[in-house]
Amino acid sequence: MAKIKFTAALKRFFPDLEELNVSGTTVGEVIKKAESKYPGICNYLLDERGAVRRHMNIFVKGELIEDRKTLKDRLGKDDEILIFQALSGG
Amino acid sequence: MQKKLLIGTTKGLVVFEKTGQDWQIKTTHFLGLPVSVIYVNELTNTWWAGISHHHWGQKLHFSTDEGQTWQEVNPPAYPLDAQMGSGKPATLKKIWIIQHGGAAYPNRLWVGTEPGGLFLSENNGQTFQLVESLWNHPSRMNQQQWFGTGRSEPFIHSIVVDPTDHNHIYIAVSCAGIFETKDGGKKWQPCNKGLIAAYLPNPHVEIGHDPHRLFACTVNPEILWQQNHCGIFRSIDGAKNWQSVSDKNGIANYGFALAIDHQNPERAWVIPAVSDELRIAPKQALTVCRTVDGGQTWQSLTNGLPQENCFDIVFRHALAIQGDTLVFGTTTGNVYLSDNQGDGWTCLSNNLARIDCVCFV
Repeated sequence: MAKIKFTAALKRFFPDLEELNVSGTTVGEVIKKAESKYPGICNYLLDERGAVRRHMNIFVKGELIEDRKTLKDRLGKDDEILIFQALSGG
Repeated sequence: MQKKLLIGTTKGLVVFEKTGQDWQIKTTHFLGLPVSVIYVNELTNTWWAGISHHHWGQKLHFSTDEGQTWQEVNPPAYPLDAQMGSGKPATLKKIWIIQHGGAAYPNRLWVGTEPGGLFLSENNGQTFQLVESLWNHPSRMNQQQWFGTGRSEPFIHSIVVDPTDHNHIYIAVSCAGIFETKDGGKKWQPCNKGLIAAYLPNPHVEIGHDPHRLFACTVNPEILWQQNHCGIFRSIDGAKNWQSVSDKNGIANYGFALAIDHQNPERAWVIPAVSDELRIAPKQALTVCRTVDGGQTWQSLTNGLPQENCFDIVFRHALAIQGDTLVFGTTTGNVYLSDNQGDGWTCLSNNLARIDCVCFV
């Protein structure tokens, strides 16, 4: 099972948000499963084409994903996925 | 009499209420978030708020109980095959304007967006469809006709529904110009004759203009006004022709904000700024200009407004009028209100964040 950890900033919009253990072979698959548990969250992370929003970052095992457009980066068993907003501003 | 005033700032929606003669802040919504569009649909008593999140994208919320509770709906989404003139995929960057469709279509909402798509909802904002007829207008893919300036992509910021014919609609695109439909959005044609695009090799192009704000007068919708990048323009024939009504010897020329008297087509207000290079108040003095003769002359109104060391300008949706009362919010977070058509102004707050939009309830 992959584990998704979300930035705490998302708690404002999804108060029940917590770490999620889900199965899936790609980043896109597990994000879809997060959507089924937290309806609407995809719209916060991805644009209407399913690409990662410009100021969002997704890490797998500490590395930024490569495919920000279609989220095809593959996942290994028990990989940890971190979803953070990019730092910006002063 | 106005009872509530909604101020959309980069750090939340601030609601003023009038108690006696005083306006006071009563509630703040979406604290810390950029409220870039607000709209009160008087047909349905619904408040709309668009949040332009830096990280999370454009969001859209509505309230049917005057802000006591809010619900989020999916914002307009561009179809997967929608492309910009550059060939890049089109995705929603920002909602700029929301407008009901008139009493003939009580469930209808028009939404103007960046990067240049007009959306239509036939169910009071629960779902939206891109207006393909405008999106597929031959001019839109031409980057010399539709293009971004202050923003990187073109955007639709004004929607005018003719009060005498709700299938007759004008939109203003920055940059492209004014477009009109007479059949509820099936066909669109540009109507920019007489406008000037001083930033182009040919200032008299058919398409490629930069309107900043557009209104038609309710009692005579053949009279339209626009604050444009290249001055103030007025039409007396339903946008078939535009005449410059800028003050040749004064400051009423460049700016963003515009208000018109919907009962008197001769009267309008603008809030000038110093050109696109500086974008500050002229002579660092905040001034509202009013015409009462259809733009032949302009009067500077400064009573109660700061006249030195002032950096404020007023964005296109940050000036509102209702009856004799005008209100505007500035880029430095100041709010000024006049109960006498601009003759005198009272400061309601100096401490808000940048103000993008204001409206009366």
